[in-house]
Amino acid sequence: MSLLHLAIIAPFIIAVFVPLIYKNIKSVHTGWFILPLPILLFIYFSSFISKTTNKQVTMESFSWISSLGIDFTVKVDGLGLLFALLITGIGSLVILYSIYYLSKQKEKLNTFYVYLLLFMGAMLGVVLSDNLIVLYAFWELTSFSSFLLIGYWYNREKSRYGAQKSMIITVLGGLAMLGGIILLYNMTGTFSITEIVAQADTIIDHPLFVAALLCILLGAFTKSAQFPFHIWLPDAMEAPTPVSAYLHSATMVKAGIYLVARMSPVFAEDTLWMGLIIAFGLFTLFWGSFSAVKQTDLKSILAFSTISQLGLIMSLLGVGAAALHYDQPKYFTVATTAAIFHLINHATFKGSLFMVVGIVDHETGTRDIRKLGGLMNLMPITFTIAIIGTFSMAGLPPFNGFLSKEMFFTGMINALHMDFDWSIIIPIIAWIASVFTFIYSMILVFKTFTGKYQPEKLEKKPHEAPIGMLISPIILASLVIVIGFFPNIIKPILVPAIETVMPMYEFDVHISMWHGFNTELVMTIGVIIVGVLLYLGLNKWRGIYGIFPEKLALNRFYDGLLDSMYKGSHSLNRNVMTGSINHYLSYMFLFMVVLIIGSLFGQNAFAFSTDNLAPIHFYEVILTLIVAISSIALLFAKSRIVSILLTGTIGYMVSLLFIVFRAPDLALTQLVIETISVSLFLLCFYHLPKKLTDDPVPVKVRNAVISVGVGLFVILVGLTAHSTKLFDSISQYYIENTYSEAAGKNMVNVILVDFRGFDTMFEIAVLGIAALAIFSLIKLRRNGGKKIENK
Amino acid sequence: MEILMIIIAGILFMSATYLMLSRSVVRIILGTTVLSHGVHLLLLTMGGLKRGAPPLIGEEASAYSDPLPQALILTAIVISFGVTALFLVLGYRSYKELGTDNMEKLRGNDGND
Repeated sequence: MSLLHLAIIAPFIIAVFVPLIYKNIKSVHTGWFILPLPILLFIYFSSFISKTTNKQVTMESFSWISSLGIDFTVKVDGLGLLFALLITGIGSLVILYSIYYLSKQKEKLNTFYVYLLLFMGAMLGVVLSDNLIVLYAFWELTSFSSFLLIGYWYNREKSRYGAQKSMIITVLGGLAMLGGIILLYNMTGTFSITEIVAQADTIIDHPLFVAALLCILLGAFTKSAQFPFHIWLPDAMEAPTPVSAYLHSATMVKAGIYLVARMSPVFAEDTLWMGLIIAFGLFTLFWGSFSAVKQTDLKSILAFSTISQLGLIMSLLGVGAAALHYDQPKYFTVATTAAIFHLINHATFKGSLFMVVGIVDHETGTRDIRKLGGLMNLMPITFTIAIIGTFSMAGLPPFNGFLSKEMFFTGMINALHMDFDWSIIIPIIAWIASVFTFIYSMILVFKTFTGKYQPEKLEKKPHEAPIGMLISPIILASLVIVIGFFPNIIKPILVPAIETVMPMYEFDVHISMWHGFNTELVMTIGVIIVGVLLYLGLNKWRGIYGIFPEKLALNRFYDGLLDSMYKGSHSLNRNVMTGSINHYLSYMFLFMVVLIIGSLFGQNAFAFSTDNLAPIHFYEVILTLIVAISSIALLFAKSRIVSILLTGTIGYMVSLLFIVFRAPDLALTQLVIETISVSLFLLCFYHLPKKLTDDPVPVKVRNAVISVGVGLFVILVGLTAHSTKLFDSISQYYIENTYSEAAGKNMVNVILVDFRGFDTMFEIAVLGIAALAIFSLIKLRRNGGKKIENK
Repeated sequence: MEILMIIIAGILFMSATYLMLSRSVVRIILGTTVLSHGVHLLLLTMGGLKRGAPPLIGEEASAYSDPLPQALILTAIVISFGVTALFLVLGYRSYKELGTDNMEKLRGNDGND
């Protein structure tokens, strides 16, 4: 266990002590005790920057289940470090923000910080694990802690709904990912990512390769809210705002991005990988930005914006993967750079925007843009931060979003170099989505802070937030500006991360604010002009959202699917589990008949031979005829006495058959037992119903068909078994040794008590148990032996 | 002879199945008895019905019929008797308590599932 392991496990350890702190130190907000941890971790992880810039990879292993190849191996490379810094850095800011956001008096802070720490540790585990099974374990832990955090206000119906939805969708993807991991293990024989990457060239032709690829992608798409799995993210906005800022914008939703980036060296050799990521990413980009415009809730706008931006990053990773397939890879590698760069930028501006929305919500009591407006003069600092965040999101200079948007356009234009007829639509969709991004960004800031101030619609009298709440968004907003003006200061983090995604190329990243007058700039100017025009005319064209039928909405589909699954299994259960023993027996018999007759003929196993038959005598024919006639007559007997007597007849005939077939002990036992059975039946005679309940005719027909089938299968199996005797009986041993070994002359009895005495012992036990059971059935009554009136 | 016995066992199985599928508790119990007869005959037949002396050493015969299936059947007879007796008492008790021998009426009620 190294210090690195300790760093990942530290949040879990602290989480154990949170309830203790909360219970014992009431005067101080619990968050203050948590805050040092992510800061320390951030400082600790910062110390790795110098190593990763020199392409040094730190690996530490801790033995867990070595026999299965599962070890807690931690690896710090460029990509892992970038994410670790995001997690701890934004984690610190979010915890600071939550201290002011969550009230010490009203909220259960202990659970909140336990969940948040669980999440932080899990997320660190996801990005730093080198072992896929460990990664999966942490991955599910992030889903789980996200579930707990979304349902933090568990008294609210919507929180529970959102938590359940996100759980179902992300766990679905998580399980698919586990499948992909196992397939990868099948192909490579290792769970270690490093070793799998080393074998990447050999597994591409493996038949399981495509299946593994699809499974891993499904995991990544569900976690990162790609279309059509994005529907959980808007509902996850029921979580407290610090959680939305942390999990659902900056870290957890990027776990899927991380996975795609991490697995790129393995899968990018296949064009399917590239195609799927570009297609899903682009559509998500468009759909997210298109849907964001129609939202009226600030957090919903941000949720759809997150979806859209995740799609953007995803599609950039896809275009980056094209470098492996076409000449002149430098056209495409710029897309990978843009993806990683935008990942950082998005975390900064989206985090600050969520916090701004949280402040607005906190100070006014609503997040509905129809009620808000004119807050500019009341909350000048918040307004400034919002301006910085949204302008960066819209891709305007001089903020960092502008730089990554320009690089995004470069990447998308370079996608035209792909040898693919429809590649022109890639930059077009990207451009349209950017226009929508511009529009919702403007809605977000201007509908909230400018326009008419409507104090009558607000629950509280708004005023500027306390300084503590503003610190975190201010830090993030200043990062937005600093990265915007001096993008090269993050190069030490950026470049190693990109090189991890595409280890085969050299990257010389130089991002500058002014990169000349080129197509990208024209596109951005176009976005601004069209965006402004559309924003001003918003009321005129908003109607197009009404055209889109609500029925086709994916949420409807999801709800309907869950509902029909519930109803379907319920009605299936209703129809199959009827509670009627006759039905169950029918299923069993039918299954038996179909399976055995089917396999008898399906395997061509049926055999029939007339060798080795004993001769038939008249006497036996008579006996068997009586058995056959009485057993068939039994089926038509209506009264109890006839049924009992016919059964007795069969029993006595069987004992006569035993005599014929030279089995005196059997005949004796059968005779005695049949007599007792018949007397038992007669003893109960008066208590049995006079006329036996009869079945309706259709049931009779069904039963007849099934029973003829059973009879037939017994005959067929019997004939086959008799005709294929493979070896002689072992009975010769008993016949020879009965007297010499066991001193008895009756072979059957010697077998029963000597050779196979155990059987007899337990058969005695069976009789004893039956006797006890009968005794207690008769003796023990529900009403203490009182007679119950006949109903 | 074996073929005839197999067919008889098949007929016993058929009528046992039919009885067990019926709605009357008494018929179901009778069905289990008939089923056990079929099983015993089938066991005996499968052991081979070659003529030989009964499996008693004192007979001084050159061939005996196979003692092993007989021992197995003897065990089976006793066990099926125990089970039949239990079933019978169970049927009798349930008829007394519940007042019906119709399996359709003896379903668990919906309130309990």
